Amino acid sequence: MAAAGPSVFLLMVNGQVESAQFPEYDDLYCKYCFVYGQDWAPTAGLEEGISQITSKSQDVRQALVWNFPIDVTFKSTNPYGWPQIVLSVYGPDVFGNDVVRGYGAAHLPLSPGRHKRTIPMFVPESTSKLQKFTSWFMGRRPEYTDPKVVAQGEGREVTRVRSQGFVTLLFNVVTKDMRKLGYDTGPSDTQGVSGPSPPPGRPL
Amino acid sequence: MNPKEEKVKIITEEFDENDEDAGVGGQKKTSKMARQKRKKPVCGAGDPEMVSENPHLGNQPEPLQEDSDTRPLSMTTRRGPRSLPPIPSASRTGFAEFSMRERMREKLQAARSKAESTLLQEIPTPRPRRLQSPGEKELETEFGAEPGEEAQKTQQEDDSQSRSRVKFRDSVRKIKTKPPVPPGFPSAEEAYNFFTFNFDPEPEESEEKPKAKNRDGTTQEEEEGEEEEPPVQGIHKTDEQLLISATEAEAFLWGLDHAAADFVAVRPADYESAHVRLQMEKELLFVPSRLAVPTYKKLPENVQPRYLEDEGLYIGTRPDVPRTCQNIMENRLLTQEPGRRWFGDDGRIVALPNPIKPFPSRPPVLTQEQDFRAELETLYKKAVKYVHRSQHMIGSGDSPGNFQLDIDISGLIFTHHPCFSREHVLAAKLAQLYDQYLARHQRNKAKFLTDKLQALRNAVQTGLNPEKTHKSLDTTQKTINEYKSEIRQTRKLRDAEQEKDRMLLKTIIKVWKEMKSLREFQRFTNTPLKLVLRKEKVDQKADEEAYEAEIQAEISELLEEHMEEHEQKMEAYRAAYQQWKAWKKAQRAKKKKKKQAVEEHPEEEMGEPYPEEDPVKPVPPEPTDRALMEHQVRERAARSRRRPGEPLLVPELSLAGSVTPNEQCPRVEVLRREDVKRRSIYLKVIFNDKEVSRTDSRPLGADFRVHFGQIFNLQIFNWPESLTLQVYETVGHSGTTLLAQVFLPIPETTIVTGRAPIEEVEFSSNQHVTLDHEGVGSGMPFSFEADGSNQLILMTSGKVSNSVAWAIGENGIPLIPPLSQQNIGFRSALKRADAISSIGTSGLTDLKKLAKWAAESKLDPNDPNNAPLMQLISVATSGESYVPDFFRLEQLQQEFNFVSDEELNRSKRFRLLCLRSQEVPEFRNYKQIPAYDREIMEKVFQDYEKRLRDRNVIETKDHIDPHRAMVAKYLQQVRESVINRFLIAKHHFLLSDLIVEEEVPSISILGLSLFKLAEQKRPLRPRRKGRKKVAAQNLSDGDIKVLVNIIRAYDIPVRKPTASKFQQPSRSSRTFSEKHAASPTTHSPTHSADYPLSQVLVRPFVEVSFQRTICHTTTAEGPNPSWNEELELPFRAPNGDYSTSSLQSVKDDVFINIFDEVLYDVLEDDRERGSGIHTRIERHWLGCVKIPFSTIYFQAKIDGTFKIDIPPVLLGYSKERSMIIERGFDSVRSLSEGSYITLFITMEPQLVPGESVREKFDSQEDEKLLQATEKFQAECALKFPHRQCLTTVTDISGKTVFITRYLKPLNPPQELLEACPNNPQATAELVARYVSLIPFLPDTVSFAGICDLWSTSDIWFNIQRHDSPLRINFDVTKPKLWKPFFSRSLLYPGLSSVQPEELIYQRTDKAAAAELQDRIEKILKEKIMDWRPRHLTRWNRYCTSALRHFLPLLERSRGEDVEDDHRGELLKQLGDYRFSGFPLHMPYSELKPLIEAVYSTGVHNIDVPNVEFALAVYIHPYPKNVLSVWIYVASLIRNR
Repeated sequence: MAAAGPSVFLLMVNGQVESAQFPEYDDLYCKYCFVYGQDWAPTAGLEEGISQITSKSQDVRQALVWNFPIDVTFKSTNPYGWPQIVLSVYGPDVFGNDVVRGYGAAHLPLSPGRHKRTIPMFVPESTSKLQKFTSWFMGRRPEYTDPKVVAQGEGREVTRVRSQGFVTLLFNVVTKDMRKLGYDTGPSDTQGVSGPSPPPGRPL
Repeated sequence: MNPKEEKVKIITEEFDENDEDAGVGGQKKTSKMARQKRKKPVCGAGDPEMVSENPHLGNQPEPLQEDSDTRPLSMTTRRGPRSLPPIPSASRTGFAEFSMRERMREKLQAARSKAESTLLQEIPTPRPRRLQSPGEKELETEFGAEPGEEAQKTQQEDDSQSRSRVKFRDSVRKIKTKPPVPPGFPSAEEAYNFFTFNFDPEPEESEEKPKAKNRDGTTQEEEEGEEEEPPVQGIHKTDEQLLISATEAEAFLWGLDHAAADFVAVRPADYESAHVRLQMEKELLFVPSRLAVPTYKKLPENVQPRYLEDEGLYIGTRPDVPRTCQNIMENRLLTQEPGRRWFGDDGRIVALPNPIKPFPSRPPVLTQEQDFRAELETLYKKAVKYVHRSQHMIGSGDSPGNFQLDIDISGLIFTHHPCFSREHVLAAKLAQLYDQYLARHQRNKAKFLTDKLQALRNAVQTGLNPEKTHKSLDTTQKTINEYKSEIRQTRKLRDAEQEKDRMLLKTIIKVWKEMKSLREFQRFTNTPLKLVLRKEKVDQKADEEAYEAEIQAEISELLEEHMEEHEQKMEAYRAAYQQWKAWKKAQRAKKKKKKQAVEEHPEEEMGEPYPEEDPVKPVPPEPTDRALMEHQVRERAARSRRRPGEPLLVPELSLAGSVTPNEQCPRVEVLRREDVKRRSIYLKVIFNDKEVSRTDSRPLGADFRVHFGQIFNLQIFNWPESLTLQVYETVGHSGTTLLAQVFLPIPETTIVTGRAPIEEVEFSSNQHVTLDHEGVGSGMPFSFEADGSNQLILMTSGKVSNSVAWAIGENGIPLIPPLSQQNIGFRSALKRADAISSIGTSGLTDLKKLAKWAAESKLDPNDPNNAPLMQLISVATSGESYVPDFFRLEQLQQEFNFVSDEELNRSKRFRLLCLRSQEVPEFRNYKQIPAYDREIMEKVFQDYEKRLRDRNVIETKDHIDPHRAMVAKYLQQVRESVINRFLIAKHHFLLSDLIVEEEVPSISILGLSLFKLAEQKRPLRPRRKGRKKVAAQNLSDGDIKVLVNIIRAYDIPVRKPTASKFQQPSRSSRTFSEKHAASPTTHSPTHSADYPLSQVLVRPFVEVSFQRTICHTTTAEGPNPSWNEELELPFRAPNGDYSTSSLQSVKDDVFINIFDEVLYDVLEDDRERGSGIHTRIERHWLGCVKIPFSTIYFQAKIDGTFKIDIPPVLLGYSKERSMIIERGFDSVRSLSEGSYITLFITMEPQLVPGESVREKFDSQEDEKLLQATEKFQAECALKFPHRQCLTTVTDISGKTVFITRYLKPLNPPQELLEACPNNPQATAELVARYVSLIPFLPDTVSFAGICDLWSTSDIWFNIQRHDSPLRINFDVTKPKLWKPFFSRSLLYPGLSSVQPEELIYQRTDKAAAAELQDRIEKILKEKIMDWRPRHLTRWNRYCTSALRHFLPLLERSRGEDVEDDHRGELLKQLGDYRFSGFPLHMPYSELKPLIEAVYSTGVHNIDVPNVEFALAVYIHPYPKNVLSVWIYVASLIRNR
């Protein structure tokens, strides 16, 4: 009668890419996508998204607000390769070319609850001054071949980056069955029963 | 001279000046001498401290300097060696003062020099004594002025102190009375005395005085004792001495009050030189030396250092301590603790192994502000309720709660129930009896005993047989006797058993008869019970004989027994008789006597008979009566045994009888049955007096059985104390009643699920039930008889069949709580490695008891399981608690390990994760590794393990001949190593892998872009633009598509216009006569009729198949069709791995097949032709183009016209340019060279082709050469960036090799050369063919349009304008056109080739080839049948043999010029078949490409009902296992 325990746990994240601070730039939009390990699979929601273009607020904050919703659910058997959100922000340069304004990545919060994250953003640097000039002139700044690179550790040693701006994210995280699978991710998860549900024939 | 004496002399001298007479000094001297002599032996010689103290002696004369000193300081400060005393600079300087000073100086100097010399010479004396002695001396010298007193002192100096004051006063008085000094100037003596004496004790006065006064009162004895005290008390004495002087000083001051006020001296600040201070410090402080201590000092004397490490013992690494520190420590230890316990055998300080971890385990300190805040935040934590642990809890050391008891309740049977009818009662009885019978029958004890009896009798028989007995008679007799007694017992038992059996059988029959009569009486049947008595015939005669023999044997035995008995009795009788006779005699004699005596003593006689009772005359035992015995035996046999000849009765109880249906029953019975139906039963499971579960409520069956069949898995925390089932009965909707409680035994620990037998536990209830129907009720009397006699009272009772067992855990361990709580509780806790940590457990409070228990239970102290326990006991019983004198880091490390390493390695999940992380090919892309071990199938590893196993085993099953298998294995290994190399390279990134950056534009590009601005936005002839390349690493299935753009084809073979009258075949020089063309028209008659002239010669379409996905274009018409269609084929990477390395290893080909679509009219009836069209589409394979995926991947695009690979024989088609003929271009009649197709193939999105491995491999080439290659390549790339320049290549073992080493002429097989000795052209062709047949790996991709030339010695790079091979001038001597690698600057060093000198060609085994041929044919046939799962596949053997015959011809002619003959022949043989087929040809490497090729032709796709197939394979062996394979596939359709 041993009730079969769950074989996967679920991680449900919703929230939004709230706002950004890029003091020098305006009219930006952002893209997000997720990078996760081999044991993870998205079960619901959008894996990537591209936001509207937003302009700076006119007040002193000069915030770029997107309020771009994120809603995704993953299932997994293994916390290794915990999903990361990868953000890339684009906007026009002086000539009107779309250039990248920042890349950034952050792990999704591990513990259930509401989390606010501010991610510092960076862009790859040109390899030389001349390159820098031409790329500025041509409107083709150096970009990552794949934004997902920023969520990986490999191969970063060959790049140089400059940091610019911040993006603020809000996550609401719900997990399911993590404790049953033996992963304890924090205090707010303790109310769950420990171990599989008691079978009917259990002495009181 | 004694230095002491000398000093004393000095002082005396001074006193001489002080008006003391010399005699006194001499006396004093002697007294001093005496004292010294007395004291010297006491003091030990050579005390080092004394040496430093000595200068003090010399200081006595100059206390003046000390007055300003802080007196309360320790004595040493005062007594330290001084330099010249500072000259007292008085306020009033005058001559007198000066002269006085002068004199004093002189004196002091003299005194000092003397004192110093004393210092040097004097043998040190113990400090206290010496301290005391100067004081005394002074006193003596100063105050012992009166000679009388002096003498006294020598005798008893002990009271000198008390007296000294008096003396002092005297001297003071004397000073006062000193006359001849000018007023205002003290005399020198006075001054000196003043300075010398009075100030010394002054500051001590206040504090020491009271004490001193007390001291004054002490008795002389005390003083004496002090005097004699050992040096330790010296300080005390010194104090005393000071006190004394203090009192003196007071007195002196009192006397000199005014004078002191006059001399206020102003002096410079004290100076203490560094040297002096150091000296002082040296006295106080101990500074251990830094020098290494020689080993002999650290070891006991005469012991050589012993190095354990050299002896092979393990000693850990010592903590790293600087050598100097060690030296200091050693020196200190040697001085402080003279014992050598700190030093080991090797003379070094004892040290434990290094406890320091090599890396820090402390978490990094969080510096970010945010984190601090987060840490300070208050967190709400919900209270966690802990499970209350009762005393029955399993010891905390064990994993709690994982015990499980499985209770299987299969059912319940009532042996009595209130609703039983009378018949049920009988039936229950019968069933019970029958069960008993069955049980007895199964045991069959009677039979067993009979056999035993038989065996015993035999044994007795053989024992009696004299021939066989070699043993002594006694033992035989003894054993026989034993046997006999056993026989007797066995017989008795057997008789009893047999009687029981017989009784049981009788009872069964009786009950059954009762039941029958009851059924007859009540005229209905309630139970399906039916008893059948099966009679088993026995052989009457044999049976009788056996019976008789048995009886006879028994009688004889009995007789024998009786005889024995009789013997014994007779013996006894005889003895008794003798006795009796004797008695009689005696009696008689007595009587005689008595008679006489009676006369004498009549009263005596009376008493006589009492004690002597008459022994009865023994009766002789009767001899046994045989007849009587026989009668007895027979009677018993008749009672207990089957009569001879009587059939064997076997009762069989069955449920075959029918129950009378309700309608035929009387009302009371119907009521009873209704009542039964209303009742239902359920059971509650009570564990430790708590209900834990209950069964479903099940209705009571008409047979009073309830089936539950439920298993309860009780997960328990507590030790089971009781397990009870409660039987509840529900009647209708009214309440439930507890019928009974059934107590189940707790199973033994050995009983686990699956092994537990089903047991029946009986229960009974004491309830009283009376019912108003046929039911007999419970606890109520009832009777079967009509008159109510013979009453019975039955109580509700029944049996619960159940089984209780312990469950078995996942790993096969029974989930049983340990037997005894306490005992096991701490044992398991102890097993947790660290005995100390488990001390806290309650079980260990009494260690003494534990030790006792351990001793009593004889625990094996060497058992590793007991080791912690033993250690604990040894610690506990050693009496004192053991405090380790070291500390250990990570002593709890083991506690933090999740599981043991073995367990970890056993975990399948862990293994899977490891393998994936190692990027083992099978698991590299394993997604979603299950969370539990149990969800991982063992077969996941099977392939991998098999591969590991087979790495060196050559598998011949998949490959047809062993040589190929070996080659395939080798290829596999090469491929693996290449992939591994790629895997390594995959983790090395270049900037371009990660970042896309525009190149700095050159002028040309800028110009081009300017030109582009002027370009038309929508050009008429658009050119393909480069697309953005995508790194392949983040793709998944379905992301990549292969785009195949089929543009046009040229010179497709056309149908032979066989049946068409409108064609003009005669024009063709190559067509054969048309009378052979018996096949019907290949296209619809309507069609041909309508378009007689412009008849479509061929309707080709293109089908592209890739990875078994098939796409095709629309059908075009004519031999030069134009499709212009784009086909999209999805691409799936192996294992879903889209990494570069994986894509590079894709071996799939893109097959581009050209088919002819042929319409056949299938209309059966010509009359319907007007109303409907029934055609069948057939497609005929015309040819194919095969492009490996790797080519597409590396080239990114393939754009060009390709020659279609058309089989040499294409029946029904010709390759003529008939179109041209028809159009009237008669001049062009030649055969086309072949058919061509224009294609454009690419991938969407465009993938970045993996760079070839970037690593620089080690090379055996000269370094200089390698540098030259790099330079050469760089130069070439500069000039022609798009031309490939190869100078070095990587060989199969991963080494860089200069490319020309690969180029070397090799000899062709001799066999081929000899084939056509006279025709060099033919030989060349043959050799070329041979080379073309050599299998090769598609891994190397040749780049089209790029041309390098390599020769055996040089590389030339093409620096011409054109790079198409057709337009290249191949004269490499022209440096304008070809850039040579080796030039004058770099001469050809004469590189040897890597190729072998000569190839040795073995002849290929023809038999093996033939065998392979058969196997391939068989496999292909099977495959074709597999591909047609819905249709029957018939094989035309006749055709197959014809084809088989034809294939060698093809090989001989190398596929040329045989078509016509072949066609003719085929048509001759298969006249009434419509035939379409073609031979395929390829070199043999593996089976898979053959299968793919056959599949791609689509022969199997024909689904005409009466189609037949033919398939023939021919293998032509060339030397060295080079095989040429021909496959002829054909489909045949019989013409009607």
